[in-house]
Amino acid sequence: MAEIARPQTASTELVRRAITGRRIDIGSRLFEGLLLAALLAALLVLVVLVADVVSRGWVVYAERGMDFVTSGNSRNAADAGIGQALFGSLALMVLVALIAFPLGIGASIYLEEYARQTTFTRFITVNIRNLAGVPAIVYGLLGLAIFVIALQDLTGPDSNGRSIISGGLTLSVVVLPIVIITSSEALRAVPQSIREAALAVGATRWETVRSHVLPYAAPGILTGTILGMARAFGEAAPLIMVGGAASFVATGNANAWEQLFGSYMAMPTLIFNWAGLPNADFRALTAAGIMALLATILLVNGIAIVLRNRYSRRW
Amino acid sequence: MAVKTTTDPAAPAGTDKGESPTIRVMTRTQELDESNRIGEQPASATDPLGFAEEDVVFSLDGLSCFYGSFRAVRDISLRVPRNKITALIGPSGCGKSTLLRSFNRMNDLIDSARIEGRILYHGVDLYADGVDAVEVRRRIGMVFQKPNPFPKSIYDNVAFGPRVAGYKGKMEELVERSLKRAAIWDEVKDKLKEPGTALSGGQQQRLCIARAIAVEPDVILMDEPCSALDPIATLKIEELMRELKENFTIVIVTHNMQQAARASDYTAFLTMGEDRAGYLVEMAPTQKLFTSPENRLTEDYITGRFG
Repeated sequence: MAEIARPQTASTELVRRAITGRRIDIGSRLFEGLLLAALLAALLVLVVLVADVVSRGWVVYAERGMDFVTSGNSRNAADAGIGQALFGSLALMVLVALIAFPLGIGASIYLEEYARQTTFTRFITVNIRNLAGVPAIVYGLLGLAIFVIALQDLTGPDSNGRSIISGGLTLSVVVLPIVIITSSEALRAVPQSIREAALAVGATRWETVRSHVLPYAAPGILTGTILGMARAFGEAAPLIMVGGAASFVATGNANAWEQLFGSYMAMPTLIFNWAGLPNADFRALTAAGIMALLATILLVNGIAIVLRNRYSRRW
Repeated sequence: MAVKTTTDPAAPAGTDKGESPTIRVMTRTQELDESNRIGEQPASATDPLGFAEEDVVFSLDGLSCFYGSFRAVRDISLRVPRNKITALIGPSGCGKSTLLRSFNRMNDLIDSARIEGRILYHGVDLYADGVDAVEVRRRIGMVFQKPNPFPKSIYDNVAFGPRVAGYKGKMEELVERSLKRAAIWDEVKDKLKEPGTALSGGQQQRLCIARAIAVEPDVILMDEPCSALDPIATLKIEELMRELKENFTIVIVTHNMQQAARASDYTAFLTMGEDRAGYLVEMAPTQKLFTSPENRLTEDYITGRFG
C-alpha cells in the first residue's frame, strides 16, 4: 500500500501540470477556421443567388399571383405564365419515375444480388459510373437520334417525335446511371450477415432480397431516386435537344394521353427561353420561373424525405 | 492453458489475388505429393470411431475447399455422428469456418468458392447435380459468429423461416415452442413485437438459435457462436446445446478449447500446413482427444504450446 500511496502524493502536482496545459493548438484552430470559411462561402453563394432571384421575381407573384402559375406562355410578358411548362415538367417526372426507377433499381439488384462478381460485371459497374458523369447534352443527342428521329412513329408522329414521351425517355436515360449507382451502394451497405441469416433458414435468394435486403436498403434507394428525380426536373440541356423548348404549346382539347405524344414545354427550357429574350419584362418572369422551379424541387425532395423517414421507421 | 481468443478472420482471408493461378496450382500439387510421401497422411476414409452407418449424418470423403486457386481446406475425411455435438477446433485461419460452411453450402455465396471431394449427408452427395441448396439449408441450419437477428420483431425473426417454408400450422405456437426450446421464452414473452436487435448479445444469439430450430432442421451448424458473448451467456448457450442435441445433430466451430472440452462429444482438431491449407489432424471422442491425443500436433495445441 505504501508503495502506491507515496508516488500519488509526490506526482500529483506533476501530473496535474502535465494534463492541464493550456497550450493553444494553432494548427487545428486554423484548420477548423478554414473549414468553417468553406462552409460559409458555399452558403453565402446560395443565399446571394436565392436573394437575387427572389428580389427580381417576387414582383411577378405580387402582381399576378396564381395567374402566372396557371397561364400558358405568351409573347406578351404580361400574359406569359408557367402553366404549360409546369405540366410538362411534372409529366416528365412521372415518366422518369415509371421508366428509370424500375429499370435502375432492377439493374442494381441484379448487379449486387444475382450477378457473379466477374471482371465483366466490374467492367460494367465502372462504365455505369462513367455514364453518370457524361454531360447531359450528350444524352440529349442520343435521345434526338433514337427517340425523336428513329422511333418517331412511336413517340409522336404529329409532333415530329418531339413529344413528352421522347423527353421522358431521354431524361430517364440521363438519370438511370445515378439511380443504379446509388441503389447499388444502398444494397452493398446491407450487412452480409442479414443475407446469410435468411439463407440459413432456407430462404431462396428472392425471398432474402424481398424480405430483408430491400427493406434494409429502401431508405438508401429512395435517396438515390430522389436525387435522380431532382436532376431530371432541373435538366435543360437534353430537353433542348429533344424538343422540350417549343415556345408555344397548342394543347387544344387534347386529352392527357394525346398530350403525351404532343409538343410540350418544361420548366428549365422555358426559363432558358425567357432568359434569352431581349425584352426586359421577361427578366422578372425568368426570376419568377426559377423561384417556381426551386420551390417544386424543394417540395419533391421534401415529400420524398418524409416518405423515406416514414418507411425506415416503420421497419 | 494459453488459449488465444482472437477471432477467426472468417475464412477467405487470403484469397490469393494477383498471382498467377496456374503456377500456384502446380506448386500446390507438388507440395501435396511431397507431403503425402513423407506421410503427413490424411485421415483414412474408413471409420476409426466406429459409428454405426445409420448414425452418420455427415461423411466427408477427401474434401478440399478452394477460394479461387487458394486451397483453404485440404483433403478432409471425417464422419459426424447423429445427436452428438461435434466440435471443430484449431488455430486461426485453418479453415474451420470454411469447412463448416461447406456443410450447408453457405460457401455457394462466394463466387470463387468451390470444393473437391465429397460431402455425403445421410449418404447423399450435397454437391451433386440437382441438389437444391435452399432445401439443404432448411435441413442444415446455421448459427453465426456474430448474433445476426433480422432488424424485425422477435416474433418475425422466428416466424420468417417457417413462413418461407410454407408452414401451415399455428404460427404463434411454433414461435413460442421455438423460443422455449432456445431457452429465451421467459425473457421475451412479453415483448415479442419489439425488435430482436434490441436484445443483449447473449439473448440475440439464443434468438438466432430459436430462429434456426423453428424450421425443424436436422443439423445445426454453429460457427463460434459464443465468441462475441460474455462467460455467463456462453455457459447458457452451452447448456442449451446439451439440451438441443437430444433432437438435433450439432457441429460447432470454436476457438475456445475449454468450450470444446466442456460441451462436445467428439472433437476434430485441424491445423494448417505449409501451404496454409487446413487439414484434419485427428478426430476422437472429446474426452480422449483432450487427455490422450494420438498426434503430437494435437497435444502441442491443447497444451498451449502452439496456436
